Amino acid sequence: MKILVCISKTPDTTAKIAFTDNNTKFATDGVQWIINPYDEWYSLVRAIELKEKDPSTVLHLLTVAGAEADPIIRKALALGGDEAIRVNADSQDSFYIATQIAEVAKQGNYDLVFTGRETIDYNGSSIGGMVAELLNLPYVALATKFDLNGTTATITREIEGGEEVCEAALPLVVSCQKGMAEQRIPNMKGIMGARTKPLKVVEPAAADTLTSIAGFELPPAKAGVKLIPADNPAELVRLLHEEAKQI
Amino acid sequence: MSVLIYIDQAEGHVKKASLEALTYGAKLAAQLGTTAEAVVLGTVTEDLAALGKYGVKKIHHVSNDTLNHFDAQVFTGVIAQAVTAANADVVIFSNNVDGKALAPRLAARLKAGLVTGAAALPDTSNGFVVKKTVFSGKAFANVAINSPIKVIALNPNAFKIEAGEGTAEVAALNATVEASKVKVTQVNKVTGEVPLSEAEIVVSGGRGLKGPENWGMIEELAHLLHAATACSRPVADVHWRPHHEHVGQTGLAIAPNLYIAIGISGAIQHLAGVNRSKVIVVINKDPEAPFFKAADYGIVGDAFEVVPKIIEAVKKLKGVA
Ligand SMILES: Cc1cc2nc3c(=O)[nH]c(=O)nc-3n(C[C@H](O)[C@H](O)[C@H](O)COP(=O)(O)OP(=O)(O)OC[C@H]3O[C@@H](n4cnc5c(N)ncnc54)[C@H](O)[C@@H]3O)c2cc1C
Repeated sequence: MKILVCISKTPDTTAKIAFTDNNTKFATDGVQWIINPYDEWYSLVRAIELKEKDPSTVLHLLTVAGAEADPIIRKALALGGDEAIRVNADSQDSFYIATQIAEVAKQGNYDLVFTGRETIDYNGSSIGGMVAELLNLPYVALATKFDLNGTTATITREIEGGEEVCEAALPLVVSCQKGMAEQRIPNMKGIMGARTKPLKVVEPAAADTLTSIAGFELPPAKAGVKLIPADNPAELVRLLHEEAKQI
Repeated sequence: MSVLIYIDQAEGHVKKASLEALTYGAKLAAQLGTTAEAVVLGTVTEDLAALGKYGVKKIHHVSNDTLNHFDAQVFTGVIAQAVTAANADVVIFSNNVDGKALAPRLAARLKAGLVTGAAALPDTSNGFVVKKTVFSGKAFANVAINSPIKVIALNPNAFKIEAGEGTAEVAALNATVEASKVKVTQVNKVTGEVPLSEAEIVVSGGRGLKGPENWGMIEELAHLLHAATACSRPVADVHWRPHHEHVGQTGLAIAPNLYIAIGISGAIQHLAGVNRSKVIVVINKDPEAPFFKAADYGIVGDAFEVVPKIIEAVKKLKGVA
C-alpha cells in the first residue's frame, strides 16, 4: 500500500492580505507560513492513521514549490510520513501543478493520492480533480470519511444538504475536508525524526501553463455597522425588511 | 463556437446554482457574440425546454441510468462529448459540490485553463480575464485564461438569476457512458432543512450560546425565515452541532444574502467563510467583538434576551401566530 499526500504551503490564517508591485503580487513581508489546514488536519492526519493501522503502508508527502517550502515539509514530516518529495517549481497555474503531481504519482505507482479540498489562499479546489483525470483514476471530492478494507475504500462525501457513502477500488484520488481526522500536534520525537527523513528534490516535467494572474483587488470596505438598541430588536426586523429588503 | 453550461440536478430537479450558471453563461455568450447551450445528465423531471427563459438556446440531454449516480470520471467523459457536440470553447459549471469535482477534471481532459470561484463575468475586452475570490473571500484575483478552451466554475449566490422569454431546443445526446467504478451505497439527506450551501438566509450560533440545549431559538428563528443553520468551529468541535454546519476558513465558505451571527466573536478565520454574505447582522453582548467591524447591522446585547424578541417581531411581520 502506497499513499501520496499532496501538501501546500499557505499564509497563516491571520496573515494580513495586501499586495505589492502594482497589485500583482501578494505581500509576503512578515507573513508566517503554515501547511494548508485542509492538507494537514484532514488529509495528512488521515493518511498517518491509515499507516498506523497497517504499518507496512508507505507514506510519501509531495509539494510543488521552491526551496522556501522546505520548513513546511519538515513540519509535515514531523507529524508523520516516510519521506517527502519536492518538485522544484514555482507556479500559480493549477494545470501545471497537477501535471507535476501526476508525473510523480505515475512514477511512484501510488494506490492512493490525497489532497486537501482547497488551499486557503488560492481556493482553487482543482488539483485533486485534475490529477485524477491525468491519471485516469476515479475521484471522490470533499470526502469527510475514508476507510479501507483491503483494496476497497469506503468514502463518505459531502453533497448538498447531506452526505453520500460510496465504495471504490484502489487506486483512487480523494480530496479531504473536515471530518476525515482530528488535528494533531507534532511531538518532540516526530520533530527530531523529521530532520533525518529524506526530502528528495526533483526537477519539474515539461508542462503547459494555461492561466496567469493579472492582478489582485481588495473588496470595497463596509460602510460601517448600524447599531440598534438592545431593548428594541423589532427595529432590527423592520430594517431588515424595509431597508435591507432581505426578510 | 458556443458557451456550454453544465446543469446540475438532484433527484430530477435543477439546482438553483445551475440557474445562476445558465444566466451567467447566456450573458457571456451574448458578450462573445455566440450562443449558449447546456448539458444535463440523468433523469430529469422538470421541463427542460422552459430553461430557455434563462437565455440558453439548446440543451443536450444524456439520460442513462448510470448517470443517476454521480461519478466525476464518468460524468466528465459524457460532458466532454457534449463539448464536442456543441463545439463549445467556454464551459461553465457552478462551483458547488459536484462542480468542484467536474470542472477540474474536464479542464485537464481538454487542456483548458480553469478558473474556479468566479465572482463576475469575464472581461473579454483584452484577452479573457476572470475575477475570482481568493484568500477565503478576503480578496479577488483577476486571472487570465490563455488557452483556446476555457472552463469557469461560478461561485454559488454570486450572480443574479435573470429570466426572460424563450424556450430551449432539447436534444437527446447519444453519448458513450463508461461503467462507473464508484458505487454509491447510501445517501443521507437532512430532510426538511434548507441546505447551507444554497441558503439565502443563514442563522448561525457560536460559543456565546453556552450549550447545545440553547439552539432551540436559533432553529426557531431559522425556520421562520426559511433559513439554514450554521455554527462556528469550536461549536462543531465540541459536537454541540454537526460538522457540516461549521462555517469559516476551515469549514464551509458561504455567501448568503443575509447572515445572522449570534454569540460569535468574529475571529478572522470565521469571517473568512462568511464575509461574502451580502448583509451581516451581529448579535453579541461584547461591544468590542471584532464581528461588529464586518457587520451591517448589530445589536449589543444578551442573545438570550434579544433573540426571543426578534422571533416575536418576525412572527408579527410574517403574520404567524
Ligand atoms: C487555523 C485556524 C482555522 C480556524 N478555522 C475556523 C473556522 O473555519 N471557523 C470558525 O468559526 N473558527 C475557526 N477558527 C477558530 C477561530 O479562531 C475562533 O476561535 C472561533 O471562530 C471562535 O468561535 P466563537 O466566536 O463561537 O467563540 P468565542 O470566540 O468564544 O466567542 C463567543 C462570543 O459570544 C459572545 N457571547 C457570550 N455570551 C453571549 C450572550 N449571552 N449573548 C450574546 N453574545 C454572547 C462573546 O462576547 C464572544 O464574542 C480557526 C482557528 C485557526 C487557528
